Amino acid sequence: MEQKLVALSGNEAVAYAFKQARPHVAAAFPITPQTEMMHKYAEFVANGESTTEMILVESEHSAMSAAVGSAAAGARTFTATSSAGFALMWEIVYVAASLRLPICMALVNRALSGNINIHCDHSDSMGGRDAGWIHLFSENAQEAYDNGVMSWRIAEHGDVRLPTMVNYDGFIISHTADALHMLPDEAAYDFIGKYQHKYSLLDVENPVTVGPLDLTDYYFEHKTSQLAACARAPEIVQAVSDEYGELTGRHYSFAEEYKLDDAEMVIVVLGSSAGTCKDVIDEYREKGVKAGMLKIRMFRPFPNAYIAKILAGRKAVAVLDRSASFGGFGGPVFTEVRSAMYGQNVPVHDYIYGLGGRDFDLSQVATVIDNLQNVASGGELEDVNLLGVRL
Amino acid sequence: MINTKDLHEGGIIRDPGNATTYKTGDWRTFVPQFIEENCIQCMFCWIYCPDTAIELDTSGDKPKVTGIIMDHCKGCGICAHECPPAKKGKSALVMVREEK
Ligand code: SF4
Ligand code: SF4
Repeated sequence: MEQKLVALSGNEAVAYAFKQARPHVAAAFPITPQTEMMHKYAEFVANGESTTEMILVESEHSAMSAAVGSAAAGARTFTATSSAGFALMWEIVYVAASLRLPICMALVNRALSGNINIHCDHSDSMGGRDAGWIHLFSENAQEAYDNGVMSWRIAEHGDVRLPTMVNYDGFIISHTADALHMLPDEAAYDFIGKYQHKYSLLDVENPVTVGPLDLTDYYFEHKTSQLAACARAPEIVQAVSDEYGELTGRHYSFAEEYKLDDAEMVIVVLGSSAGTCKDVIDEYREKGVKAGMLKIRMFRPFPNAYIAKILAGRKAVAVLDRSASFGGFGGPVFTEVRSAMYGQNVPVHDYIYGLGGRDFDLSQVATVIDNLQNVASGGELEDVNLLGVRL
Repeated sequence: MINTKDLHEGGIIRDPGNATTYKTGDWRTFVPQFIEENCIQCMFCWIYCPDTAIELDTSGDKPKVTGIIMDHCKGCGICAHECPPAKKGKSALVMVREEK
């Protein structure tokens, strides 16, 4: 498929990805660093390039509420937010998943308050990791765009029907101009397909009640079916990614495996930091150090069986967490990875790094690889470590 | 009770008006007793009942209150409170403690 090479910021790239689905409704409230994404989208609408009905609400709680109402009415719907905006959506974030509404959301990752900070970390998305959404992470603008296009197919798939969020790092991806390949509008829409709603609140011939009181007699059964949908999702994520790979030549899975084939030591990471890791891994590879990287793309549902298999037999694993789980045992990614590795004799250590946009530089990756080598040869290391902070 | 696999996705309800088949009259303590000879058929109880627990006979020209539907009555006592003959000491609806 012939694709245009364009220079766009991550925010613009995702705005295009969403526009190409020809969504009926977008409901959003501005928040840094998401604002520019909705600016771009508003521009599409103002220019007549998009017929999306934009609902400019007064808060993110309303944004997600409007998105839920719109999706229940049978409209293809998206929203976008960051940090505190996502936190304010909270209640309705769960409702969207519980009602099985295939809303797409751009979550431009930013630290949660306080103190107030506008820069990147993953505490916003990680706080919502148990809400029942599919979480896709992106390393750069290209991946954010690709995840954006694919998110519709995944969310709307009949076996899934779960809201899906496209995560990309605030400022690092959202505001940096990057070169990426974009599908022509027609081709993207052909891939995404026309929206088929399962029911519509506006269909008076077939009335439905959405969101009724659900007590001790049925709530558990409804949650069970939600769990089953999450369990079915990975297969669909893979199938959609394979089809997208055939169309675009860009192949995706649950994770990207970088120099993993013979890697004895593995760094597990999400988002833009993967690029930094790759550079340092290349340097160490030249010195003969068998280091590799596993960049998780699909954090929810967590691909535990895949992780257990791909990390089996490694000498040491380092997990990089760009968020802290206060009072928890390490960061959220570590908790999942270590749990997936239960019963295997592979040391897994955690690093909390990059909180509030703290620069993640080459020397930090070097520290991690040095520690991995130490652990691989029997050395001791704390389970949970801090990286790049003044103590 | 329906099992998980047979439920509608997202807990939506596709058969409207099914509240009549959902028995909710099992948490009351008091229950209204209908005393037909005191009833003036004013329909106040039917209007005020927050549920659909007043039983009507609609076969004639005018509807007639005939009793209480125990599957839905919550025992709130609103009907007894609103029943006009009560003001003259001859209530057609009297709340009594229910023996279970
Ligand atoms: S007690 Fe309350 S629920 Fe029962 S019939 Fe009277 S008004 Fe209706
Ligand atoms: S309010 Fe009392 S008098 Fe009026 S219809 Fe009901 S029972 Fe009869």
